[in-house]
Amino acid sequence: MTIAAPETADLPVTIDYVPESQRSPLRRVWIFCRRQPLGTFGMVIVVIMAIAGLCAEWIAPYSPTANDFAAMTEAPSWAHWLGTDQFGRDLLSRIIYGARTAMIVGFSCAIIASVAGLVLGVGSAYFGGRLDLYLQGVLDVVMAFPLIIMALAVVAIFGTGVHNVITAITIPLIPRCARVVRSSALAIREVPYIDAARACGFGHARIILRHMAPNVMAPFLILLTAFVGQAILAEASLSYLGLGVQEPTPAWGLMLQGGAEEYASTAPWIAVFPGLAIALTVFGFSLFGDALRDALDPKLRDR
Amino acid sequence: MYRYIIKRVLLVVPTLLGAAALVFLLMRLIPGDICVVRLGSGGGTFDERAVAACHAQLGLDHSMFRQFVDFVWGFFRGDFGISMWSGKPVLTEIAARFPISLEICILAVVVANLIAIPLGTISALKQNSPIDLVIRTISIAGLATPSFWLGILFILAILDISQAAFGSPWMPPIDYVPLWQDPVRNLSMAIFPALTVGYRTSAVTMRMTRSAMLEVLREDYIRTARAKGLIERIIINRHALKNALLPVVTLIGIEAAFLIGGLVVTEQVFNLNGIGRLFVQSVQNQDYTMTQALVMLVVAAFVLTNTVVDLLYAWLDPRIRYA
Repeated sequence: MTIAAPETADLPVTIDYVPESQRSPLRRVWIFCRRQPLGTFGMVIVVIMAIAGLCAEWIAPYSPTANDFAAMTEAPSWAHWLGTDQFGRDLLSRIIYGARTAMIVGFSCAIIASVAGLVLGVGSAYFGGRLDLYLQGVLDVVMAFPLIIMALAVVAIFGTGVHNVITAITIPLIPRCARVVRSSALAIREVPYIDAARACGFGHARIILRHMAPNVMAPFLILLTAFVGQAILAEASLSYLGLGVQEPTPAWGLMLQGGAEEYASTAPWIAVFPGLAIALTVFGFSLFGDALRDALDPKLRDR
Repeated sequence: MYRYIIKRVLLVVPTLLGAAALVFLLMRLIPGDICVVRLGSGGGTFDERAVAACHAQLGLDHSMFRQFVDFVWGFFRGDFGISMWSGKPVLTEIAARFPISLEICILAVVVANLIAIPLGTISALKQNSPIDLVIRTISIAGLATPSFWLGILFILAILDISQAAFGSPWMPPIDYVPLWQDPVRNLSMAIFPALTVGYRTSAVTMRMTRSAMLEVLREDYIRTARAKGLIERIIINRHALKNALLPVVTLIGIEAAFLIGGLVVTEQVFNLNGIGRLFVQSVQNQDYTMTQALVMLVVAAFVLTNTVVDLLYAWLDPRIRYA
């Protein structure tokens, strides 16, 4: 009896095949870029915005707060690439500095919320029983608050400003992460190697940190990227409503608050560019997050 | 089925009580004395008696437990207290602004589904084609675009187009006229905010329709329908779409959250005096009774919507209720 060889003729054959675990980080990034062109586009936007935020002092052509009353509501020109606002401030510089605010708020909220969610989710799944029941009850209640409503309620209490905005956006994000992480962790808890770790006499902390947490990294990272975008959007909304970051801190939402509508017909660039910056950044994070999900979680592919 | 309904409905009670407790606690986390903060925010002077009167009015002179019971009971009876800013009953203020927000919500849902379901279906039918790529990009862009910016862009476009067409800029009216009194004026006011909120909401539905449709199109009964020579249009409309839209129903709950979030900012952009604007004003004016009532109302509406959606889904899909 002969066994037919599997049809591998049209599959791309890589001769220098290296198992995934042994690939260098750079090579992994290269593979990601080749497989996920849209995601790479998103990553490029994210990197540009991050660099703009980090190096604002060196990149921005003007100070973001300097008024030039001789050049108010000036159209885009060589001197002011994106024009100036009603106080004569250079829009490009304000957008570059605004990237810093957006990145600080976006990453702080996303990292704090997802780490807290990770701890709560994995802990809840690991210990189970009553703790799990009560914790899920509390998280369900927090989830009943739409994000912006919860954020507004928190701002109503603590007031405005960067730190309070971060608190306001982080709180509603925590249960959203905890719930997803918990459901992944529940499946891992039943796996034999967790029993084996217990049998070896390892402590709870070691099992949770070394054996369970690394296995929920895929949903964790996907949520983290999604949260950055959501947090940037929420911050922009709060700032636009006058309940977020306050002047003179340059923030994209804030730039749309004052003159954008008033000068809509005479100086539309005041309204267009800051919004474009928000949309592009969130768009970048969404594309990158989607691609990351496809790359990390093959089950979700094509969805 | 009845057991499922009872179980699901009973679940609403602890969630709402928990939410009430959270709102109650949050509002008491405000640093310092609410009355002192409120009375002092105007910059004027006030005496002990004003503070005591304010405490009595808000019921702050009772024990915490009594305050909580009063809060829940008041909510149950529809008595939310007196607005700390306007001095009018909270319910009157909310009732006056409710119709406009409701109308925009309904229109936005219509807009969202009119955009999402056809586009989502086309995207699934032409999977991985350039059209699919364009539609998916539109959908992700919808999620990324802040609704206030979209609103501002709409205003920009309206101004420019009306200027070019009629010679003078035109803006949609901002005062509410009931639909039955002046339909044209009413719709010209509500349609732009509805488009703004609806586009964002459509993004979620579009993705869901696409993925559900992709799944259904791979089912055996679709192949059978094709094999027996049915026209593609009938296969899609009668066999595929009907089943694919089932999970889309569950999205109404998520849409509700988007609508509420969208309304809060969109009403500000279009200068409409609705619930969302009232919410923002109550936070700005430190009107804690109003904020508390509005948060609680929104959460109650959100929880009830989700319950109805769950029940609706169980009714539509027998697999859920017998599981």
